This record gives sequence, structure tokens and C-alpha cells, in this order.
Amino acid sequence: MYALFAFVAGLVFGIGLLVSGMVNPAKVIGFLDLAGQWDPSLALVMAGAVAIGAIGFFVAGRRKATILGTPMLLPTTRAIDRRLVVGGAVFGVGWGLAGFCPGPALVALGIGHPKAIVFTAAMLAGMLAFECLERMRTSSSARLEPAAGGTSE
Amino acid sequence: MSIDWTTFTPWSALAGGAIIGVAVALFALFNGRVTGISGIAGGLLRPSFPDWTWRAAFLGGLIVAPIAYRLLKAPPDLTIAADYPTLVLAGILVGVGTRYGSGCTSGHGVCGVSRLSPRSLVATLAFMAAGFATVFVTHHILS
Repeated sequence: MYALFAFVAGLVFGIGLLVSGMVNPAKVIGFLDLAGQWDPSLALVMAGAVAIGAIGFFVAGRRKATILGTPMLLPTTRAIDRRLVVGGAVFGVGWGLAGFCPGPALVALGIGHPKAIVFTAAMLAGMLAFECLERMRTSSSARLEPAAGGTSE
Repeated sequence: MSIDWTTFTPWSALAGGAIIGVAVALFALFNGRVTGISGIAGGLLRPSFPDWTWRAAFLGGLIVAPIAYRLLKAPPDLTIAADYPTLVLAGILVGVGTRYGSGCTSGHGVCGVSRLSPRSLVATLAFMAAGFATVFVTHHILS
């Protein structure tokens, strides 16, 4: 049941990305190109998503358990550190180069576009490389510092 | 800056955004999680993944979305200007960056901002600024 609702959420999210036009990298680049002919569409996608999402999180935040009875696992991390800013900036450079972020890339993969397949494969390789580096780093420093708690965004 | 009124699609952008918001709200209320796509995908690449079923189900939903969408209308044409080497570099940067910074446009940009998380607001400013700067360099300095 839990996985079924996750599937529905993914499906609805993907349809939203298709309706919004954000699966098309040209639309994203059009937003990021402030100095050119600017397409503000992405800002309205964010505004629409945040308006509805905020209601969902407001209700979810007042509950101890989900509607399915499972525990609420919303992120608890509050640290604003170098990792957050450097990671965000590295992601932003890749986003600006391709016009793809993870969600639209996976939807474009479903459309079957060869460039989306290549981008997604490289993205997963990058994530895997990160996991391997993290594991090496934490195994060498595990006795010195405990792993950070909470789930990530 | 000048707004390109020929490509600006305010109504479909708002409607698509609202649908994304519905997905985020459903996932929070039924699954108790933020809809962070890089985190959901990255979690599948861990050596032990006891929670792989819901992660795979969510990503499967994203990937089959074009099939469901096609029942109503044709998916939009994709214009991907970047060449293959650039896409490989960009993909690696997006993969490493989103995991190192614990989130992407969905986790920090939509969910974090919806939750008024200062941490996510900072991350969103960081990737937006880097995205603006990158496109400025590739479109106005290098070209």
C-alpha cells in the first residue's frame, strides 16, 4: 500500500512536470537566461507547487502519523553548512549546462529521448560515485564523529 | 532583461505547478516524506536498501507519466541544445551536487520552500544563482 501511494505520487508529479512544460530543457534554460529573452514560466511552476505543497506540509506537520498509519519522516536537519551551499552550486552548474534536473530527466527518460537517457545515466553514475566516496569517508571517520541524524531532502 | 512573451506560458506553468503541489501534498500525507527526487533515487544506490520498493515505485510513476499523459495529449517536444559530452558532464555534476547538498529542485526548491525551511531556502538560492551564472557564461560569454 505504501509503495502504491508512492507510485501515485510519482505519477502525479510527472504529469505536473509534463503539463508545466518543465520536462523540456529549453524552457528551463529560457528561465535561467536572465540576460537573454527571459521566460518566467518556471517561477510560476514553483509558485503553484509551493502554494499547494505548503497546505500539505501544514496538515502533515500537525499529524503524528501518516494517513496510512506509518510514521512521519519529514526532514529534521537544520544545518546550513558548506556541504549544502557547495552541493547546491555544483548541482546548479549541471542544471544550467543541460537544462535538466532529476525529476524532468526521469520523465524525459520515459518519453524515450536518447539525450535524456545519457543524462540520466551520467546522473546516476554521479550519485553512485558520491555514495562510494561517502562510505569511504564515513568508514574512516566513524569512530570520531557519529553520522548525522534525520532524513535528507 | 526582457520578458519573452512568445515562450512565456503562465497558465500551463501554474496548472502544472499546482499538480506538482498535489503530488507533494499526497506524498507528505500518505508517505510522510518530502518529495525529494534526488534523495529518492540516491537511496536506491546504497548498499543496503530495505526501503527500495517505495523508492522504485515512485521513480516508476515518474517514468510512466508520459504514457498516462499521452492518453490526453501528445507529450511536449523536447529541445535539448546541449551536446552529448556536455550532457555527461552535466549529469555527473547534477548527481554529485544533489547528493552532496542533500536535495534538488523538488526536495529543496518545492518541498523545502513550502515548509519555509531556512536550510532549503539557502540551497535553492545556491543552485538558482549557479544556474543563472552558468547560462550567462554559456550563452553570453562563450557563444
